[in-house]
Amino acid sequence: MDQIFDIFLLEAVLNGVLLGGLLALLALGLNLVFGVIDVVWICYAELIMVGMYAIWWLHSAMGVHLALAFVAGILLVGVLGACLHQFIIRPVLSAEPINQLLVTGGVLFFLQAIATVAFGVEFRNIGVRLPGVNVGDMNFSLARMIAFGVALAAIAATYLFLTRTYMGTAIRAISQDRTIMPLMGVNPSRIYLLTSFMGGALAGLAACLLVLQYDVHPAIGLSFGPITFLICVLGGLGNLIGGFVAAFVFAQFISVGGFFFQLEWGYVLAFLFFIVVMFWKPEGLLSKRK
Amino acid sequence: MTMRSISLILLAALAAVPLFGPGNYPLHLMVMGLLWGFIYTSWSIMGRLGMVSFGHGAFLGIGAYTVVLLWNLWGISPWIGALVALVITVVVAVMIGYPCFRFKIVGHYFALTTLALSEVVRLIIVGLREQTGGSLGITPKSALSDGVTASVGALQFSSKAVWFYLMLGCWLFALYVWHRVDRSMSRMALEAISEDEDAAASVGINVNRTKLSITVLSAVMTCLGGVLYAQYQQYVNPETVSGIGISLQMVFGVIAGGMFVMLGPTVGAVFLMLLSEGLRVLIGNEVLGVDITIYGLLLILFIIYMPKGILGTALDRVQAGGAKR
Repeated sequence: MDQIFDIFLLEAVLNGVLLGGLLALLALGLNLVFGVIDVVWICYAELIMVGMYAIWWLHSAMGVHLALAFVAGILLVGVLGACLHQFIIRPVLSAEPINQLLVTGGVLFFLQAIATVAFGVEFRNIGVRLPGVNVGDMNFSLARMIAFGVALAAIAATYLFLTRTYMGTAIRAISQDRTIMPLMGVNPSRIYLLTSFMGGALAGLAACLLVLQYDVHPAIGLSFGPITFLICVLGGLGNLIGGFVAAFVFAQFISVGGFFFQLEWGYVLAFLFFIVVMFWKPEGLLSKRK
Repeated sequence: MTMRSISLILLAALAAVPLFGPGNYPLHLMVMGLLWGFIYTSWSIMGRLGMVSFGHGAFLGIGAYTVVLLWNLWGISPWIGALVALVITVVVAVMIGYPCFRFKIVGHYFALTTLALSEVVRLIIVGLREQTGGSLGITPKSALSDGVTASVGALQFSSKAVWFYLMLGCWLFALYVWHRVDRSMSRMALEAISEDEDAAASVGINVNRTKLSITVLSAVMTCLGGVLYAQYQQYVNPETVSGIGISLQMVFGVIAGGMFVMLGPTVGAVFLMLLSEGLRVLIGNEVLGVDITIYGLLLILFIIYMPKGILGTALDRVQAGGAKR
């Protein structure tokens, strides 16, 4: 009996690792935006939902090839991110920080409701079901493995972009000192716009990976939105590496907790863990003491 | 006439409304307006002092579910259930509040930590689906029958007028608390704290204790709102009394009405309610989501163009006009 039990536990742990990669990608875009612009997009998960609907609509209703639909979805959500910044965040950039948080909350309600108006509350799926993969006695979903690989590749690409290119260096510089950089000839509003586009495009990429695994419906954002914020806060808002680590920690709580109890209890454990860590290290898991 | 006598006359007019038999639906709207006015005012007691909580859904959920579960499972009267709920709320508020304030978790971090709390409560309610009915919600067992229209012990009344006066009392109580906090030393202290915690501490303000007492006060009143909501509606659902949705709605209601004036949260509550009811009448129930679309759009516009809210902006206008003359 012990033998079988351990294999199932191992399966839960490995599934948690796969989930961790996806969560890390979800957290990356949000973290990038926060790190550079200092604004939390509460509506981030709703941007992903818009991407999922776009892909579903293009592929299932219009018959566009799936790969093309993916590209269109990524671009669309990227542009949406840039618009979000230009038309909604920019007017309140100098207002109180909490107003910036709240204005994106308004966007959350708006996007959720407009999706309901346009597509109804039914669950939609693109009709692509990838097979499972058996390793020994363990069973893994191929969609999850692809998501894990793509997420890691995207994270690596973002990291290289930020550290190896001129534009990436400018982005990091802005996030370190908002007042000095404009004096050095960097145009902050262009950097903000580009960062918002990148944040949106990462949300679009996440939408591609999620649409392979889950049905899309207007409230889907609420099911993984909170967890994305908590991962970012746990890793230290704006700290990309912290968010990466925190995603894997959270995923283990959800996967292994859900293995021993029910799925909700995995989430409850993860959230309680989050609250405890906030008291222990308020600036996030990987914070440096100031 | 002074402001005082005008408000007393308006209050008397409001209290007299049920005597003229306005019909069930308008009375229901007024009851809900007063209830949400009560809850939003409770939230704003701490929100206006720089502690923006996204976790008040947790306290609302604790209030609503504690009374319903104790009544349904063991037949314990909602009066005792409400006391139990209040005790749980105080414990939870201190457990979250004390470390938050001790470790100086403020701003975004405070909002997101409290958001986690409201999600924890929602997930626990869903997770205990054997007892709570999960996402389907739960209905308290009725103590009323054909001949019995009111049961004080079970806190169930079929007459909406009874509920109207009950809610009116609670709402006035919330306004009184708001007023007392507004005039107290704590408010001075808290405004100093929200400007600069270290400076406030250096002039002898006990930062943590002041913040914690206001938080507990606000949480307890919100919990009471949850109890009343459950008893009035006779149905609760994890999505409508806990979690991120209702917590955000509370914040928005207050912002829309005006966070820094006494009647602001109530104006916000009435405004949101009339908006959703009005749109429902205009558009009908066939097209889902149109009301929330407009609601979301309005919130965005409010925060960008009218951050002081409807009542706050209106009062500013009146004052500016008075100054010119």
